[in-house]
Amino acid sequence: MIRVRPPFPSPIYPPPLVPPSSPSFLSPSHWRLQLTFASYQRPSAEECPTSSAPRRRRLRWWRWRRRRRRRSSGSCQGQQADPFGGPPARRGAAPRGPMAMNYNAKDEVDGGPPCAPGGTAKTRRPDNTAFKQQRLPAWQPILTAGTVLPIFFIIGLIFIPIGIGIFVTSNNIREIEIDYTGTEPSSPCNKCLSPDVTPCICTINFTLEKSFEGNVFMYYGLSNFYQNHRRYVKSRDDSQLNGDSSALLNPSKECEPYRRNEDKPIAPCGAIANSMFNDTLELFLIGNDSYPMPIALKKKGIAWWTDKNVKFRNPPGGDNNLEERFKGTTKPVNWLKPVYMLDSDQDNNGFINEDFIVWMRTAALPTFRKLYRLIERKSDLHPTLPAGRYYLNITYNYPVHYFDGRKRMILSTISWMGGKNPFLGIAYIAVGSISFLLGVVLLVINHKYRNSSNTADITI
Amino acid sequence: MALCAKKRPPEEERRARANDREYNEKFQYASNCIKTSKYNILTFLPVNLFEQFQEVANTYFLFLLILQLIPQISSLSWFTTIVPLVLVLTITAVKDATDDYFRHKSDNQVNNRQSQVLINGILQQEQWMNVCVGDIIKLENNQFVAADLLLLSSSEPHGLCYIETAELDGETNMKVRQAIPITSELGDISKLAKFDGEVICEPPNNKLDKFSGTLYWKEDKFPLSNQNMLLRGCVLRNTEWCFGLVIFAGPDTKLMQNSGRTKFKRTSIDRLMNTLVLWIFGFLVCMGVILAIGNAIWEHEVGTRFQVYLPWDEAVDSAFFSGFLSFWSYIIILNTVVPISLYVSVEVIRLGHSYFINWDKKMFCMKKRTPAEARTTTLNEELGQVEYIFSDKTGTLTQNIMVFNKCSIYGRSYGDVFDVLGHKAELGEKPEPVDFSFNPLADKKFLFWDPSLLEAVKIGDPHTHEFFRLLSLCHTVMSEEKNEGELYYKAQSPDEGALVTAARNFGFVFRSRTPKTITVHEMGTAITYQLLAILDFNNIRKRMSVIVRNPEGKIRLYCKGADTILLDRLHHSTQELLNTTMDHLNEYAGEGLRTLVLAYRDLDEEYYEEWAERRLQASLAQDSREDRLASIYEEVENNMMLLGATAIEDKLQQGVPETIALLTLANIKIWVLTGDKQETAVNIGYSCKMLTDDMTEVFIVTGHTVLEVREELRKAREKMMDSSRSVGNGFTYQEKLSSSKLTSDLEAVAGEYALVINGHSLAHALEADMELEFLETACACKAVICCRVTPLQKAQVVELVKKYKKAVTLAIGDGANDVSMIKTAHIGVGISGQEGIQAVLASDYSFSQFKFLQRLLLVHGRWSYLRMCKFLCYFFYKNFAFTMVHFWFGFFCGFSAQTVYDQYFITLYNIVYTSLPVLAMGVFDQDVPEQRSMEYPKLYEPGQLNLLFNKREFFICIAQGIYTSVLMFFIPYGVFAEATRDDGTQLADYQSFAVTVATSLVIVVSVQIGLDTGYWTAINHFFIWGSLAVYFAILFAMHSNGLFDMFPNQFRFVGNAQNTLAQPTVWLTIVLTTVVCIMPVVAFRFLRLNLKPDLSDTVRYTQLVRKKQKAQHRCMRRVGRTGSRRSGYAFSHQEGFGELIMSGKNMRLSSLALSSFTTRSSSSWIESLRRKKSDSASSPSGGADKPLKG
Repeated sequence: MIRVRPPFPSPIYPPPLVPPSSPSFLSPSHWRLQLTFASYQRPSAEECPTSSAPRRRRLRWWRWRRRRRRRSSGSCQGQQADPFGGPPARRGAAPRGPMAMNYNAKDEVDGGPPCAPGGTAKTRRPDNTAFKQQRLPAWQPILTAGTVLPIFFIIGLIFIPIGIGIFVTSNNIREIEIDYTGTEPSSPCNKCLSPDVTPCICTINFTLEKSFEGNVFMYYGLSNFYQNHRRYVKSRDDSQLNGDSSALLNPSKECEPYRRNEDKPIAPCGAIANSMFNDTLELFLIGNDSYPMPIALKKKGIAWWTDKNVKFRNPPGGDNNLEERFKGTTKPVNWLKPVYMLDSDQDNNGFINEDFIVWMRTAALPTFRKLYRLIERKSDLHPTLPAGRYYLNITYNYPVHYFDGRKRMILSTISWMGGKNPFLGIAYIAVGSISFLLGVVLLVINHKYRNSSNTADITI
Repeated sequence: MALCAKKRPPEEERRARANDREYNEKFQYASNCIKTSKYNILTFLPVNLFEQFQEVANTYFLFLLILQLIPQISSLSWFTTIVPLVLVLTITAVKDATDDYFRHKSDNQVNNRQSQVLINGILQQEQWMNVCVGDIIKLENNQFVAADLLLLSSSEPHGLCYIETAELDGETNMKVRQAIPITSELGDISKLAKFDGEVICEPPNNKLDKFSGTLYWKEDKFPLSNQNMLLRGCVLRNTEWCFGLVIFAGPDTKLMQNSGRTKFKRTSIDRLMNTLVLWIFGFLVCMGVILAIGNAIWEHEVGTRFQVYLPWDEAVDSAFFSGFLSFWSYIIILNTVVPISLYVSVEVIRLGHSYFINWDKKMFCMKKRTPAEARTTTLNEELGQVEYIFSDKTGTLTQNIMVFNKCSIYGRSYGDVFDVLGHKAELGEKPEPVDFSFNPLADKKFLFWDPSLLEAVKIGDPHTHEFFRLLSLCHTVMSEEKNEGELYYKAQSPDEGALVTAARNFGFVFRSRTPKTITVHEMGTAITYQLLAILDFNNIRKRMSVIVRNPEGKIRLYCKGADTILLDRLHHSTQELLNTTMDHLNEYAGEGLRTLVLAYRDLDEEYYEEWAERRLQASLAQDSREDRLASIYEEVENNMMLLGATAIEDKLQQGVPETIALLTLANIKIWVLTGDKQETAVNIGYSCKMLTDDMTEVFIVTGHTVLEVREELRKAREKMMDSSRSVGNGFTYQEKLSSSKLTSDLEAVAGEYALVINGHSLAHALEADMELEFLETACACKAVICCRVTPLQKAQVVELVKKYKKAVTLAIGDGANDVSMIKTAHIGVGISGQEGIQAVLASDYSFSQFKFLQRLLLVHGRWSYLRMCKFLCYFFYKNFAFTMVHFWFGFFCGFSAQTVYDQYFITLYNIVYTSLPVLAMGVFDQDVPEQRSMEYPKLYEPGQLNLLFNKREFFICIAQGIYTSVLMFFIPYGVFAEATRDDGTQLADYQSFAVTVATSLVIVVSVQIGLDTGYWTAINHFFIWGSLAVYFAILFAMHSNGLFDMFPNQFRFVGNAQNTLAQPTVWLTIVLTTVVCIMPVVAFRFLRLNLKPDLSDTVRYTQLVRKKQKAQHRCMRRVGRTGSRRSGYAFSHQEGFGELIMSGKNMRLSSLALSSFTTRSSSSWIESLRRKKSDSASSPSGGADKPLKG
């Protein structure tokens, strides 16, 4: 922290002992050499005879521009600086200050009134540049009625249509949400709350009133689940997840207490991985022939490309045997099976299992939904999920009722702006209207008071 | 060099034996090597770091850093703190190192200076640092004195020696020092080498004008005083050589002892800022406590049950302890409300402003080739808040150049300039000056415009001749003729010099003098007058006379003096002439000229003889010699014939009246504090338009006792009250002792008043029980002039105003006597002009002309204040907007001190993303162009009233920041809560949320700075757009695959930027946030502009409307005043060289008529001089009586 120091502590009293210039170092005189803005500075010919040619050319250009500007603006800014023919002003050629300068000066002048402290014949005349004289050309915006009011109206006129558009789009999105936490005694999943029943499968029936067109996305939603808790968020080792073999066997300390189990490193380590969502959801359409038809759920394509291809990598290993690559590690405490057995598909197994990747992308808020499966549209003719009765088959493994959490299954279509999002549309409409109203109010106020204030002559 | 650092116990007394190094070494006195540098290469790092960590802020950040190293607490990576901290420490260290380097260089330069030291009987060249106590060194003319010396002998007779002490006390006139008689004979080296006297004296101290010691030599004791000392820093003048014995060396010299730490001045904004920072820390702790309680509750209610998935840390065993840890974690992440960059930025901005002051061409003095200089960089914005200016007179308002301007000779006035039509021409439009080419001895620099005077001289008008003869004879000036015809006059006061020079140019050239003669070239012929007596000037007599015998043998007394004194002593026959001359005097005085009346008297031989005899008796008298002499003088200076009067212009500096008028319009009160006499000061007051004849009344306080002063002040107040009551302001005056109330009542007084108070009265007025009364009275007046004040009183007056008015004060002066006031005032300005550089060294700003003050205050000060205020407002705003988001997020993340943003964003937000635009605004912003702030001095008022940044403004900024932070969190929250991306995946993941909030934050604060910037130069454009560009560039770089591949654990946000920012929803959110954050601000500002515009807004608006409006130039002419002021003649010098001349003591032996040398008178002169010196030194009141140079 720079507190500028008080003027040089000690020497200051009379000049011989002090650089007369300078209390604080920040005081310009010392910096003069170092800190000047090079392009504005006139180079002293003695100092750099060889290298200064191109720079001088640039300077000449600057000055020419400056002169032109000055001439064209016809401003009357005091005396003109010495044009460029004059002897090169030696600015700060020596760190002016040390007392020797004074001594010399005095000796030369001998009795005559000294020019100035430390002043010698050297000119320390400031350059007449627009920059140094604070006359840089500038745009000075003022909030006049002519600029402000239109802005308010324009914002209003743009925001309201956008808001309506978003709102309509959002309303056209089909979405159904099914809570299967099972805390209510009537719920079919109630039985699964007790840890004794394993595996516990429960079934929930539901009906789609309208058919879902286009691709349908299946989410699981969790509430009151603090994926954004600091200790939770940091409890992972990205090196390990990226396939780093040393991190695989020696996970980061951040993973504690899920770093090692029975003297073996856990892969993947950490609380996030350990708490991975492991319910299995299956969807069946109850057709007219009362024979339930399973809906094809696509497992792949639910994670970000960068996550799947860059961020998450399986540990290296010669052969395709994933188990071999994870040798020496153990599964997370809560998991039923090790990481290399998440899926049979080689491309969706281990760290690059997409369910795992999705889980590892922690949520920002304690209530969140994560993409579970895709239901792809098969043809243009038939809706992906026709209206009708369905049932959801849940293999209930994941307890949330300890901490009042809730679990949901969500089916949703999407639009250009994602899933259902009523907030954005309403917000846009509201802000647009407020802006428009504000514009009107300001217009009235401006109209009423303008004559009395702004155009009034300045009175001092 | 190592010697320099040696520490010694404090001395009781000092013993030094000449030519005996062995003996002196026992005492281990400091050598003559000085060290002002603080570090060397080895000690630099530890010492500098130690110093830096003494700063509270640095320690605070170090503390944060340590907190971050505790894993249970660390909510941020260590580098978020260490990067800025290291940056700041490095910058400061580099700065300190450069600083110290320059000090080393200057130390070396001084220490290696050569001097001649007498070693083993031979003069040897030695470096200054090798000079030891007890050495005898030889000094030559114009050399600097190397150490504090006891003068042993010199080339001049009687061991006299002349020095200039400009570097010590700022006075440029020469001073005399004398060796004690016993040593003054030690002229040559062989004698000196045998000299083995021992000096026992006081220990080193910082009293420049005192020294007491004793010389023991040959079993004899000789007392020593300051009169025998040559102090380090003086320059030897007019003395070929001298020898001195080193008594104090290096750090022990009086010069070095005086160089204490300068008081560190802080601006009021600084103080306010510090208070606010403390408040913010309080606020920070409050937030920490709230969140910690929240954390304890959360962990108790939810966290315990959530342990299935997120067990507690091992060390944490209860919700309470978790809350405690969370408190510290939140302190870490919320510390950015007071970022380290605040202090750095403030310094950078001030530095920039200082540069602008240094670079200002309009504050560059062509004549002296001196630019303005901001010597401290910490006070710039205070320049925009000045309410009181305390100004010195001589050298500040005036040039301290006396010009022979007009004269009245035998009833005719010369010197007025008439133009072709016969009208009195205005000053400043003078035609050709008078041609003095007939006179080869004329001074080329002397200018006079009235040719009729020269004609009168040329036709041989006897009165005119007598007039100039008087001027060429009656003075104590010394002449020096370096080459034939090249005359230099050395005058005690500039007045005298001006008069003698005038006579010289008009053909009466004072050529040379001996103790008994004066040689004058009268119209080309050399005439030698026999000098019979000099009746010297003193304060009471206010006149001086010479008695001369002309070649014809006639004895005549010539006298010049103050009109008030002299007019009583004229012969009654001159009544008619007297009246005309009086008219002229009035006229001159009315123009602010210093006048002087000239008269002569013929004495017959017998009378003179008799008088001379009595004078001799009187001068030999043991008791009350002065009084007797005075009455003898009085006797002869009587019945004189009036010759005429002179008028000397005490030249005002250029543009002084205009500047004062402008500053007064800007509501700045100007007080003149001068050591000059009341008459002179009042005159100057009139000529620089501080006092005008339009003023209702000018109160003059001259009381000598407490009661008188109190009475006079009371009367003045009553008068002011009376008149304002009669004006009908409708308030009744009540006798109230409660000061503030009274003051405010008094300040509403109608009519313009001025107060003139002199030193005696001021001494009483400044006593504790009266100071308030005095202050009230003075503050009610438009102008205040304090005359004949001592330097200490100057400082006291400033202190008084500082203490009770809570206003920003500025002191401006040029001399050593202004130093105390310059150091006391909030802002000290030094005029780098005539009187040495003492004031400049003590000052915070320096320039060479008083008129630059208006630019410094109205332009630079105003802008600085405006910029600093805008900067601070914005800075607090942006950091609250940035930091408070964490607070809101706390409620949604279990109060776990999880940050909203990426840690890199937190590190870089203050030092990269948002620093430059606000710096550019802080450095370059302008509301109205410079000409306007001169045209409308009222624009200065917001600064004085502290309107632009105060606690209220601060809370508004904070509120705006909090408002922004709320929106910044809750709008994305609302959007993200249930949203999904356009590919169906989750949108509300932590990383996307972080990027969205960060991006909208950067955009919102950039738009806000855009709104705040009133002056968009190319640099502002570059910084604002550049910052945004850099934000996105860094964002994408940080989220790139490459960095992740290298450090997977550090760059976890891989791929996030491109994934998130490709979402239309995210952009819609950003736009929405920006509009909602900015819209109210725009509406509010627009309304304020519409309904309650500031003057600066109006000026800006008008400028926009009437772009082509021509600048109205205020032109203030210097109009001749036809007032009724009487001027008094004031010699501004002390009792002069009269006695010295008559004794012949100061004459070179070569030029001295040896015959007329009388030992008696000479010793009496020295004694009296000595006595006077010791008198004035010992009596404390002596200082107050002595006229000081204004």
